[in-house]
Order: sequence, then C-alpha cells, then structure tokens
Amino acid sequence: MTIVADKDVTMFEREAFELVRKTVTVLPQDVEEAIRKAAEKEKGTAKVQMGCILENIEIAKQNSIPLCQDTGWPIFFIFGKKMPDIDFESVVRKATKEAVIRPNMVDPLTRENTGDNTGAGAPFVNFVHCNTHYTDVWYMPKGLGSENMSRVAMLNPLDGWGRIKEFVLETVRLAGGNACPPIIIGLGIGGTMDHCALLAKKALLRRIDKPNGRERELLKEINALGIGPMGVGGKTTCLGVNMETAATHTGALPVAVNIQCWCARRAGMRIEGGEVKWI
Amino acid sequence: MNTDVKFPKLRLRDIVYLTGRVCTMRDKAVRKSLDEEAPCGEEPVVYHCGPLVRKIGRVWEVVSAGPTTSSRMNKNTPAFVRKYKPKAVIGKGGMNKESYGAMEENNCAYLLFTGGCGALAASKVKRVVSVDWLELGTAEAVWQLEFERFGPLVVAAMGGRSLWQ
Repeated sequence: MTIVADKDVTMFEREAFELVRKTVTVLPQDVEEAIRKAAEKEKGTAKVQMGCILENIEIAKQNSIPLCQDTGWPIFFIFGKKMPDIDFESVVRKATKEAVIRPNMVDPLTRENTGDNTGAGAPFVNFVHCNTHYTDVWYMPKGLGSENMSRVAMLNPLDGWGRIKEFVLETVRLAGGNACPPIIIGLGIGGTMDHCALLAKKALLRRIDKPNGRERELLKEINALGIGPMGVGGKTTCLGVNMETAATHTGALPVAVNIQCWCARRAGMRIEGGEVKWI
Repeated sequence: MNTDVKFPKLRLRDIVYLTGRVCTMRDKAVRKSLDEEAPCGEEPVVYHCGPLVRKIGRVWEVVSAGPTTSSRMNKNTPAFVRKYKPKAVIGKGGMNKESYGAMEENNCAYLLFTGGCGALAASKVKRVVSVDWLELGTAEAVWQLEFERFGPLVVAAMGGRSLWQ
C-alpha cells in the first residue's frame, strides 16, 4: 500500500482539472495543422465552413473558452502501472461547476440530467496497464454528433480488407454532414465486439500526421466521396484515419468505426516522480 | 414578431448574418412544445443549440453556443413548424424532406451554421434575454438570445433542394 500525502492528491487533481480545461479549449497541434492545410484547398461554401472553424479555433484559444458547446462525453484513459491518486468524479464535478464543461450526462431511460457530468459509469475511466515508470493521463471528451454516427459490424471472417473499407465508406456516407466533417476515423479491427469498439476509440488518441499505408489508402478513398466540410460538398471529408488491431477468433471479424468530428479534443499529462508535465 | 430580422429573397448557398432574437430549442424542447405552449414567441428564429452557460450573480452568460445535429429533430419538426411558423431554423447536418416541406409551406428558411463553432457563435451573443423550461437542464432549456451579426449562416434548403442532396 502506498501512502500519498494530501498535498500530492490535491496537486494531481488540480492538474487534472487544468487538463480538462486545456483539452476543451485548445485543439491538438496536428489536428489544427491538418485543418489549416485542408482549408487552403477548399472553395465556395466549403471554404466558408473551414474559415469559421479556423476563426473559432482562434477565439477559443485566445479567450480560453470551450471550442464547442458540446464538451462531450467525459472520457479518461490512464496508461501506467497503477491508477493515479485522482478522484475523476470530483474533477468533472468541478469542471462542470465552473462552466468549463456542459452538464451532459443523463440517465439513459428517464433522461434526467445529473447536472455535474457524473453518473453510473461517468466519467468513463479506462485503465490500461503498462509497465512504465510514469503514468499518462489522457482526457478525450467525445462529441455526440459524431459518436451517434459511429457503427460496429461483425463481418464474415474471410471478408478481408476490401469489405472493411466498404463498411467504413458506407458509415461515412450515412453520417454525411451530421458528424461535423471534416472528420477523423478511429478504426478498430479484431478482438470481440466490445474490444474492437474500444480499439476504435483508443485509435483516436493517436496523432493523425503519421499514417501507415492502409490508413493513407482509406483516407484517400473517404475524401473521394466529396461530402466535404459540414457535408456541403468539397475536397475535405476526412483529416485522418487511425487504425488499431487486435487478435480475434478464427470465426470472427469485428470492425468498429468511431467517427470523431473536426473538433478532435485530446490532451495528456505525464505523472513521473511526483511531477506533472504536459505531453 | 420578436426579431428585427427580415429574410429577403434567399437562394440556396446565400450567406446571411443575423441580428436579433434567436430562441434555442433542441430535442426535449421541440417535443414538449407540441403539447404545451413554447416560450418562444410568435414567428421565432429557432436555433438547434444546447448552449454551455454560466451564471454570474443573477446574470446568465453564454460561454459556447454552436449548433447541434438537426436531424434528431426531424420527427417533430413538421408539426412544430405548422404550429409556431418560425421564420428560420438554424442548425447543422440538414433535415428530412418532410421537415423541408413544412418549412417551405410556411416561408421558413433552414440555415446552416458551422458545427463545432461554439466559441465563434458565443462571441456574437449580445445578451441573454430569458430562459424557460430550465427543468429540462441547461442544454435542453429554451434560451432567448440576442445576437449581433450571427453568422456566416448558409441558406441550406430552398425550393425542394438542399445542400446535402
């Protein structure tokens, strides 16, 4: 058992609160750069949409206010040997009280809002055991316009990459302008039904500027759909594709497509030797 | 009429800026307004939006207020439009044929504001005029907001055509 001094707990929690604030107000650099590059290629109505997005990014950054009013589903990912001494419920409660995040969480059946972003299973805290000397804490609030357009399929085991691509393209087409394109695709392949969905979400934690061959191929095919920013038609439907795979059963080919809107908020902090730094 | 906005002859893909009063309504409020009298006034400009707000003393302030996905309101929009005759509906992602049809019959424009641009929209809010149905939660409540040059809004459905067809 480790005994942690009160002041450490307070510091980690304070930093986690700052992590939440930073995440909802400033986009990751790789995403902002991809948006800037894409904006240059657009014309007409699509260019107007990209112009709004860029202006919004600046206003949010300069005034430290949330980029989007949908500050999302509160999700934390922890990578390390053990959970850090952070009460994640109290972090989101404080962030909600200070209007850093909108009270979003409701009972799924009564639809009653808890008012502070907590609830059964909320915030969603995922712990991934890693044999590291440090602990990484990521905050990835997930906007629901894009989450609602996400899909899982249990494909035929021998369907292969071609059918997987078809399923992704079909999902993007069905989403149209609803998912706030330009989107980012988190693609989970393999595992079980639930595991591939989690892989798809974890894939969205990665930077989008280092695609592999398959990711690049799929990105090109998605952009050929011509859905464009906000679905108004254009060259940029997708900014990046991130794929994660896991071993699966010989009788299975689960595929999950987690769509992320352009407002791809994610930020992390590293706890190492009692110190915290942004990553 | 609760706003000084006039929509002249609009064409698909025209860009407009709106100065005047806008009424936020999303899933729960649109549904509830079919059974009860909605606190949106006559011929409102309806904004599919669940704002992030904060209360400073007794005054509400809008922090971030971009559009939400309009298609979730497809089911109740034709009846809503016939009952309240809004001048415009602002949202994102587009709606279905039945909703556009009802809007067309009632001279109501469907305008797109860029999804995710909550900070930009909030910077155009001059003041919060009122809030009703707060029991639905701050995101689902009906907020009357006074905007100054809210936009660019794109005329997104007109004459049986839309940006998404």
